[in-house]
Amino acid sequence: MPWIDACATDAIDEEDLIRFDHGGATYAIYHGVDGKFYATAGMCTHEHVHLCDGLVMDFMIECPKHNGQFDYRTGEAMRAPVCVNLKTFPVKVDGNRVLIEVP
Amino acid sequence: MGQRDYSPFGADAKRAVESGLTAAEWYHTDVPRKVMKDLMARSDSPAIRDTVLLYGLMIAFAGAGIALWPTLWSLPFWLAYGVLYGSASDSRWHECSHGTAFRTPWMNNAVYEISSFMIMRNSATWRWSHARHHSETYIVGRDPEIAVMRPTVLAKLILNFFGIIDVITFFPNLIRNAVAGPTAAEKTFVPQSEWAKVQRVAQIHLAIYAATVALAIALGSILPLMVIGLPRIYGAWHHVMTGLLQHGGLADNVIDHRLNSRTVYMNPISRFIYWNMNYHVEHHMFPMVPYHALPRLHETIKADLPAPNRSIAEGFAEMWPALKRQLFQEDYFLKRELPPTAKPYREDFHQYVPGMMAPKAAE
Ligand code: FES
Repeated sequence: MPWIDACATDAIDEEDLIRFDHGGATYAIYHGVDGKFYATAGMCTHEHVHLCDGLVMDFMIECPKHNGQFDYRTGEAMRAPVCVNLKTFPVKVDGNRVLIEVP
Repeated sequence: MGQRDYSPFGADAKRAVESGLTAAEWYHTDVPRKVMKDLMARSDSPAIRDTVLLYGLMIAFAGAGIALWPTLWSLPFWLAYGVLYGSASDSRWHECSHGTAFRTPWMNNAVYEISSFMIMRNSATWRWSHARHHSETYIVGRDPEIAVMRPTVLAKLILNFFGIIDVITFFPNLIRNAVAGPTAAEKTFVPQSEWAKVQRVAQIHLAIYAATVALAIALGSILPLMVIGLPRIYGAWHHVMTGLLQHGGLADNVIDHRLNSRTVYMNPISRFIYWNMNYHVEHHMFPMVPYHALPRLHETIKADLPAPNRSIAEGFAEMWPALKRQLFQEDYFLKRELPPTAKPYREDFHQYVPGMMAPKAAE
């Protein structure tokens, strides 16, 4: 699977996320409170809603539509109404760039 | 549009899905990400303060009511207790179901369970119905929380100021849920993984009511029911009054909350009971913003919204004639003026369902 250059490391505030679209798919890239970067699918698994407008709290992303929550490190669904886990993708930092490995 | 069919299995529900209305994107006012992040920030302290105050007042009022029982002097204390039990529980249930009241999840869950019991809602069912109310607000046949169906049944509205219809429908449903889990209609929005929980919650609520009734019989007094159960009737009026204002008389089958929701300025006591849900357009547009930040959100986006009603009385003065007109003109709704600073309503947004937003229906 290819590594894709997604954004600069300073493009995402700590404890926040951005949307990243590539190859017809949409992703969410997070700058965690631990200083590390993470990536998940960009859409909530409950309904067709972009997570990029949501709220990052610690290691949780809260969906802007119904406040469902996922752990963005593992993708695990943590709070109703989300029941289905979020896909996660490997991330690495190269210099000041964030790369994600996508299918 | 003709006679509306509010059944989740009816023609309107089917048409809303087939026309793409249910999947359509809702209008949002543009708010810079940094400002929105700040507005969405969670905190425990405002809700801890309000919860200590709420439960403290409830204990004090109920204590005074019991001490003065059965004299008439107990009446004002019961009325005050009733409003907190039968109305403030609605807003606590609501805000905690969003998980935004407190930052700490267990605090949200604890207040959610207590208020679900008081407001007579199954905590496992209603979490899901409210999610649908947000996805598909006032879309006929899809939103299970439409308070005012058209044509308006005024008698039903008035009876519900005393919670009569709610309570009458609640108990048979509670027993059904306790015995057999969710009903067929509930199964349309509650995922299967939660059906057992619906049943368990119903059994717990039923057991508490049974114990209260048993105590009342043993004591030969309705006093235990004045504390548990009856306040849902004698204290419901405030949440019905504020709840009607949320969407009453406004458009249905639209995807712009400025058209189907109403913001009303209220006095501080009502705002405490209602936990700031008087900023209802703002809440629907951005459900991530906690109740304590809604006044700030209002200031941020009000230039893009219709002017709020300036009091509960003014809100009713606007809504009541519209509800009465809907008695014989089902398609009628109030379409409020936007200020010149606002982005206009997008009529093309609202052509999904035939007859929706028909210009002659609106004013
Ligand atoms: S769309 Fe994300 S929680 Fe519902």
